Amino acid sequence: MREESRVQFMQGNAALLEGALAAGADFFAGYPITPSSEIAELASRRLPARGGIYLQMEDELASMAAVIGASLAGRLAFTATSGPGFSLMQENLGLAIMAEVPCVVINVQRSGPSTGLATRPAQADVMQARWGTHGDHSAIVLCASTVQACYRLAARAFQLAERFRHPVVLLADEVVGHMRERVVLDREEQARGARRRMPNCAPDQYRPYQPEADGVPPLAYFGSQYVFRVTGSMHDERGFPCADPENAARVIERLSRKIQDNAPEIWSWSLWGTPEPEILLVSFGAAARACRAVVEEYTQKGHSLGLLELETLWPFPAPIVRQAAARARLVVVAEMNLGQMRGEVRKAIPDRIPVLGANRFDGEPLTPGDVRRCLQESGEKSC
Amino acid sequence: MLRERALSYLVTERFPVFWCPGCGNGVILGSIARTLARLGLERHQVVVVTGIGCWGKADDYLDTNAIHGTHGRALAIATGIKVARPELTVLALMGDGDCATIGGNHLIHAARRNVGVVAVVSNNFNYGMTGGQYSATSPPGATTSTSPYGNPERNFDLCALAEAAGANYVARASVYHVRLLDRLLMEAFSHPGFCLVEVLSTCPVYFGRYNRLGGPAEVMRWLASVCVPRERYETLVAQDREGKFPIGKLVERRRPPFSERYATLQARARQLVQQQPPPER
Repeated sequence: MREESRVQFMQGNAALLEGALAAGADFFAGYPITPSSEIAELASRRLPARGGIYLQMEDELASMAAVIGASLAGRLAFTATSGPGFSLMQENLGLAIMAEVPCVVINVQRSGPSTGLATRPAQADVMQARWGTHGDHSAIVLCASTVQACYRLAARAFQLAERFRHPVVLLADEVVGHMRERVVLDREEQARGARRRMPNCAPDQYRPYQPEADGVPPLAYFGSQYVFRVTGSMHDERGFPCADPENAARVIERLSRKIQDNAPEIWSWSLWGTPEPEILLVSFGAAARACRAVVEEYTQKGHSLGLLELETLWPFPAPIVRQAAARARLVVVAEMNLGQMRGEVRKAIPDRIPVLGANRFDGEPLTPGDVRRCLQESGEKSC
Repeated sequence: MLRERALSYLVTERFPVFWCPGCGNGVILGSIARTLARLGLERHQVVVVTGIGCWGKADDYLDTNAIHGTHGRALAIATGIKVARPELTVLALMGDGDCATIGGNHLIHAARRNVGVVAVVSNNFNYGMTGGQYSATSPPGATTSTSPYGNPERNFDLCALAEAAGANYVARASVYHVRLLDRLLMEAFSHPGFCLVEVLSTCPVYFGRYNRLGGPAEVMRWLASVCVPRERYETLVAQDREGKFPIGKLVERRRPPFSERYATLQARARQLVQQQPPPER
């Protein structure tokens, strides 16, 4: 691609790769899987000439492991997959969380469980992205609904990963991954901030798990002057195994709080239609596109209808949801699953406000008609 | 002198080691420390990758860079490190559970790729950490805590597997044959491409006890009795080879390692992209 051609007509998967490159990503390890394979193909095409590496591993267990290894060796490392592969990655996602290794996992969601409908869209990995690996932990999960957002959030994912020394999951789905839209590639904007917080102490003073004030410990890289150890086992600040209960409680709490306490920094969202509406739609990813069409249609007819589109799914932006629903008498959560996010929205807002779901889980994209039907069946006279 | 230099690679403040009396892992640890000392490798240029299991605790005692990862994935993690930064010396320390059983697929592919990692496998013929269950290297018929009537499965010949998969260097020693082990590790640490050194080891607490091999000294003697120098092993007829392990250097190849091939690929990609950018999708 010529560097000056900044406005492109591009596939979502291609934009995900371009966003990663804009952030400086230089290592991809993966295993091809529908509907994410274009990301691997484009990584294999674009990375080597830039001094980057495309590594095709034997499975997704190994892909995630190699990404962790490469990140520790100082690369900006990522992988891309879909449901079945994402399931295999849960093991080493846990390692990345416990060992605090920054990296990015793109999951272009398809219909499950298991092989499911391999070429059809779904948004049913919302809870897996949050809780897929065992043990108490926090998660940073972003979700893109447009090709432009694919580009922007891919870059953002690397910035957040390095900022919090944590794996970041970026969700797309078959619809967004395979659709083509206009995208503006704003390289300078994107490249800002995907930098590792290196230690600045003397090498013999470095403790890889000694947090700074925000709960995040600086991370060196293998081959630098700093000799250090990381581990998936419970550890002390030097990275040695430690079974002391007080230490264990401190580590588990810090791993969660470094994300939760800084959540506002991670949250991004957009509001559409009527501000503080009487009827609020909450959605994300491909389903949010259908909601936007409904918002346009209903507000033109004078209805008080708005959409809160979430880009950050986890940590869940409960205060943002609560605020958006401040004057609502009905909330509808539109998503391509049985209602995984509806429960979170329910918890976030007062009990007196009913929360309904506009859901689709048949391997087809959620349509404006699905949202309209939900509104009509809600008993809302105005709809 | 060598002793002091070897000790400088060890985290002696964490001694005594975690392993049971009579375990062979300390012997392998000592040999690795001596090899690092003999080669004079700088600590920041060495990365030790371990999996899970008794030998997976070895990184606790090595004063180099280290990642203690997940069960069976040490070679996949090591691959990421070595490919990302080929100038590093990357050691993958795995037991027979890690390397031959749960991580067998990663072994095959690390050897096939010929990635420049040295795998030092401590094979004690069973899962020590979890209480002596059978692994993919437990001999057929062996008693373990999950094969009380004898192991119904055949065992892997790890070295033959690594050779067939494409490893550049393959060798076997035992914790009884320490001088041989020192020599083989020196060769492996200096050899480009994927290297595997299998070290037959003792687990008197489980494998030895379940199979009535006696105490630590007797288990060590048993180990010595099943090891045969490769040259002599090759003269044995098939039935005499049963239950015996050839030791020594088994394979030495000079196939280009992955990082060398990848550097060539990167240069070619740069050239092609300059000439004609690849078409967009």
